[in-house]
Amino acid sequence: MNPNTSFRNFKSILFKSVIVFFAFLITIPLIIILLYIIKQGVTQVNWNFLTNVPKPVGEKGGGIANALVGSAIMVGIASVWALPIGILAGIYLSENSKSKLAYYSGLCVDILQGVPSIVIGIVIYYWVVLTIGYSAIAGSVALGIMMLPIVIRSTEQTLRLLPPSLKEAALSLGVPYHRVILKVIVPCGFAGILSGIMLSIARIIGETAPLLFTALGNTFLSTNITKPMESLPHVIYYYATSPYDDWHDLAWGASFILLMFVLILNIFTKVITRKWKVQL
Amino acid sequence: MENNKRLKLTTAQLKWENGFKRLLVVMSALLVLLVVGLFITLVVKAWPTITSLGIKFLWGKTWDPVNNVYGAWPFLVGTLLTSFTALIICIPFAYAIAIYLGEYNPRGWLSDLLKNAIELIAAVPSIIYGFWALFILVPVVRTFEMKIGVAPYGVGIFSASLVLSVMIIPYAASLGTTLIRMVPSPLKEGAYALGATRFEVIRNVVLPYTRSGLIAGILLSLGRALGETMAVTILIGNTSAIGNSFKDIFFGPSNTMASVIANEFSEADHTLYYSALIELGLVLFLVTVVINLIGKRIITRFTNE
Repeated sequence: MNPNTSFRNFKSILFKSVIVFFAFLITIPLIIILLYIIKQGVTQVNWNFLTNVPKPVGEKGGGIANALVGSAIMVGIASVWALPIGILAGIYLSENSKSKLAYYSGLCVDILQGVPSIVIGIVIYYWVVLTIGYSAIAGSVALGIMMLPIVIRSTEQTLRLLPPSLKEAALSLGVPYHRVILKVIVPCGFAGILSGIMLSIARIIGETAPLLFTALGNTFLSTNITKPMESLPHVIYYYATSPYDDWHDLAWGASFILLMFVLILNIFTKVITRKWKVQL
Repeated sequence: MENNKRLKLTTAQLKWENGFKRLLVVMSALLVLLVVGLFITLVVKAWPTITSLGIKFLWGKTWDPVNNVYGAWPFLVGTLLTSFTALIICIPFAYAIAIYLGEYNPRGWLSDLLKNAIELIAAVPSIIYGFWALFILVPVVRTFEMKIGVAPYGVGIFSASLVLSVMIIPYAASLGTTLIRMVPSPLKEGAYALGATRFEVIRNVVLPYTRSGLIAGILLSLGRALGETMAVTILIGNTSAIGNSFKDIFFGPSNTMASVIANEFSEADHTLYYSALIELGLVLFLVTVVINLIGKRIITRFTNE
């Protein structure tokens, strides 16, 4: 073989090895982080941990029930207001992709996707906190805004992929527009929309920054949505940056639970997308 | 009689139909309103510092809220240094993943595994990265800093960038993968037919073809890095003073725009303090918006070609 050719072949193989090396190197920090969180967290989690509120420093035990309840309530409220808006706006974007309004709202979705969560937090501070005070409502408004772009984009993209004949067939039978959308188009794209919803929940459940100045945090179990409320990511932040070992343990446990939530939501989304062959 | 009933039904349906169409319009108009509202609120609330300090705000070197002196320079330096260091670390990995998944091994269990791992990296909440790094990475960095002879803070720009680089890899990598897969195979086959090796095809066909798209992916990653708050807040060390030499700045504690807002917004006690913090938020907002829109524009152009 020509020495030049073998050198070129060698270069090609070398390049491939470098690429493979770098590509798989990234899994190492991931594995280290996951294993460490699981190792530290799993020993903390038991029934008491899930049903008790945090104890003061120095007392053993205590749990994160307040954060679990708080996160559930805030994510729930955020979903209740943001999902309908997101899905409807997504339908609009997929149905009228040529209109001027669609162009501008598409632009706004792109912008919202990029806005740092802390900025949303401070704006909600002025919009909501200054009117009704630090509260779970303020927190869920901020979280809902973070959900919107993901829900809108996934709805839009799923509905775009549906064959137009579907809609045309329904319309030609004389079905009114809103029923075509709600009874034909949306059910057909349901899996895609659902996986967008799952992803958006997985995303906001771990968001701390927008909650810092809105939901504030609360060391007691509270279900009053007009008062400050604790949340999982905030409890991790609060206890992780504290100087006490007991509190660190609590934070490891909370991290473990948060991580499990996010993992399960992601796996669930994957199963949905695979089963219905959705393209996201 | 029968006709009358049907007419009524049809008019009712028409009403519903129009109402539904209007609802869709209102919802997407609401979106525009929301973003415009965000922007206006930031401008209005930042107005006191914008008028009283003007553009000097950006390169004022001291941040001393007690004496009402506000200069954003230390935070600008902190933000840019953290983000760009993270970006530089992230680029080889992101390119490698994109080339591997897009060109060498587009399907199969191994690439599925890698793809899932990357999605997982994006899914882990940033607070968990920060918490983990504070207890595991920071001591390691501290020993490293002692070895190279700088003050062993552990926390600081260096640690923050390391964690940040891991967090932003998925954005550039997944976009890069999609774009590399879109390279038309006749182009590659032509090069192979001329006797090019795999490496030569990638270097002379695939990468030039996807260059603008890969840059867009890097831009989107940069946007993430600039606005990332929690992991950085935990790791950056939170000092508003700025070091003298590059070594001091790079390995010492610092502050980014996002972390200073996270730390000080709840402590702010007078209008000018609030408005200085919000102006930082406004700068962050504008920068990320511009970066994201440029990135998206490049991608749309690329995918429509």
